[in-house]
Amino acid sequence: MDKPQSRGAGGSTSSLIEARGIEVRYGKVEALAGLDLQARSGQVLAVLGPNGAGKTTFLRAVATLVVPSGGELRVRGIDVRRNPAAVRREIGLAGQFAAVEPTMTGWENLELVARLFGHRQAGARAAAAAVIGLLDLHEVADRRAGTYSGGQRRRLDLGASLVGAPSLLLLDEPTTGLDPAARAEVWAAVRRLVATGTDVLLTTHYLEEADELADHVVVIDHGRAIATGTPAELKARIGRDVIEIAVVDAAQLGIAARFLEAVTASPAVIDRSRRRLQSHAEHGTDQLSAVVAALKDAQVAVDEIALRHPTLDEVFFNLTGEHPHDALPTATKPTATKPTATKPTATKVGAS
Amino acid sequence: MSTVAAARPIPRPTRPAPFAGAALQITRRALLKYFRSPEIFGMGIAQAALFLFMFRYVFGGAIHAGSTSYVGYLLPGYVATIVLFNGGAVAVGVAEDKAQGFTDRLRSLPITRLALVVGRVLADFTTNGWWILFTAALGFGYGFRLPGSTLDALAALGLCLLYGLVFTLVFIVIGLYAPNAQAAQGMSMIAFVLAFLSSTYVPPSSMPGWLQPFADHQPITPMVDAVRSVLVGSSHGLTTALIWSVVLILAFTPVAVIRYRHA
Repeated sequence: MDKPQSRGAGGSTSSLIEARGIEVRYGKVEALAGLDLQARSGQVLAVLGPNGAGKTTFLRAVATLVVPSGGELRVRGIDVRRNPAAVRREIGLAGQFAAVEPTMTGWENLELVARLFGHRQAGARAAAAAVIGLLDLHEVADRRAGTYSGGQRRRLDLGASLVGAPSLLLLDEPTTGLDPAARAEVWAAVRRLVATGTDVLLTTHYLEEADELADHVVVIDHGRAIATGTPAELKARIGRDVIEIAVVDAAQLGIAARFLEAVTASPAVIDRSRRRLQSHAEHGTDQLSAVVAALKDAQVAVDEIALRHPTLDEVFFNLTGEHPHDALPTATKPTATKPTATKPTATKVGAS
Repeated sequence: MSTVAAARPIPRPTRPAPFAGAALQITRRALLKYFRSPEIFGMGIAQAALFLFMFRYVFGGAIHAGSTSYVGYLLPGYVATIVLFNGGAVAVGVAEDKAQGFTDRLRSLPITRLALVVGRVLADFTTNGWWILFTAALGFGYGFRLPGSTLDALAALGLCLLYGLVFTLVFIVIGLYAPNAQAAQGMSMIAFVLAFLSSTYVPPSSMPGWLQPFADHQPITPMVDAVRSVLVGSSHGLTTALIWSVVLILAFTPVAVIRYRHA
């Protein structure tokens, strides 16, 4: 769980991305409506937002794939509209889908993209070998990518974006559709990469992912940045801790809620299907013991009770009024987060 | 945490890829994909052989194509338009690359957009050229004999390859506009129907009166007729066929280039 440290060497304060009022429209849809964003080199930046918020469009603008109709966008000080070719020499893109060729082996895929990045044959081989080492693809590199697991395919795709040793890696929802083990593999790969000094810009709708990887988070909604800061700063905005209770008998939810509210003086939110309720607590530990005592007196059978910091999910909900992904309750367990709860929904709104 | 990473940094290229080098890499990848996909390549072979068999031996007996034998009438048209049958795979390949993010990756790399188009055209022209040569050879197995000199035959083959280039561009554009691979396949069917509404399989004079003007004036008919002329050493209709080819190339190339820039 050790988060990559911000790298000091090499001008960590230099500007990585400067976006001023960028606008992008697709027909009548305004995908970006005056987005402002500043990011410094030496940080992992996560762009967070619900489907359709404009995350992918922003990433595509940085990747020179869409040209903003208004505003100014600079990558390492280079104007994206005036000099896209120079921007392309800085970036490596791993899109929402693993864009690897299934009929080609891992080596062939990596060497192909390496050649396109400008490597000669020997250089392409060396770059592919380095990437295979970095992403731990030794065992599968000789096999065709069509035989890979989802996580291996993603890592190969990540590798393909790296063979040109870009200074800025762009990841569009890097773990969407992966199971928890495969997500962990991709996260580990990204961390190793960050340790080598590559800057990373990623989009995600998994708050957990932003929490795990990012030094800096920008929340966007309806094409604008609505909040920015470190994960800790964003959580501090909500500030108050949460007391969360799971009761044994759903019939006792009402009575438990009355006791909880009486202690915290804050409304309780009830999740009937999971027999859970929660409430903000200004004075965490004192109120927790008061609630425990009150429930015991009232003979409410408690399955689980905990005091915890707000999750990024709750911060997100607070900021946008929307759940980051459909069909997922806002609250996650304070203890082990059940992997099933973070699975992406099967259908997604197209490119946001 | 990996110590390998620190030991072997990824080398950085010293210059961007040269134009021809980039285009050839794109060509190579598209060809590998094509020839390593038995469902495309194997099906193409089976389809080309079976359709020719059907026309030659099933419909052939009922079709009267004037003084020549039906196989003599059919084969030049069949070879000239085989790409309309097998070119759907081109459109599907282009649409898949777009849908699966491969085109986006290419467009994010420091190579010119023209290299993407040239690389793609080169690859698809190669596969289409293969189908032209394959069906021409197949024709001899089905009893086709050259009506003129070998030189005439080579000229006719060259003309078919030119059409191969024309249709390559058409299918690439279809693939670039199709929202997904299935749609690309469906849209390619239109080209296939055009072959039937031409002089490829039957003389348009055997069609109902209201259909004849369309059959006579759509580009496939003059293109196919020119191949038949050239085979017997005549240049009848060749100019019309060449004009159509050039017009179609000039119309579809810029569309493909622009679409690759902005898609």
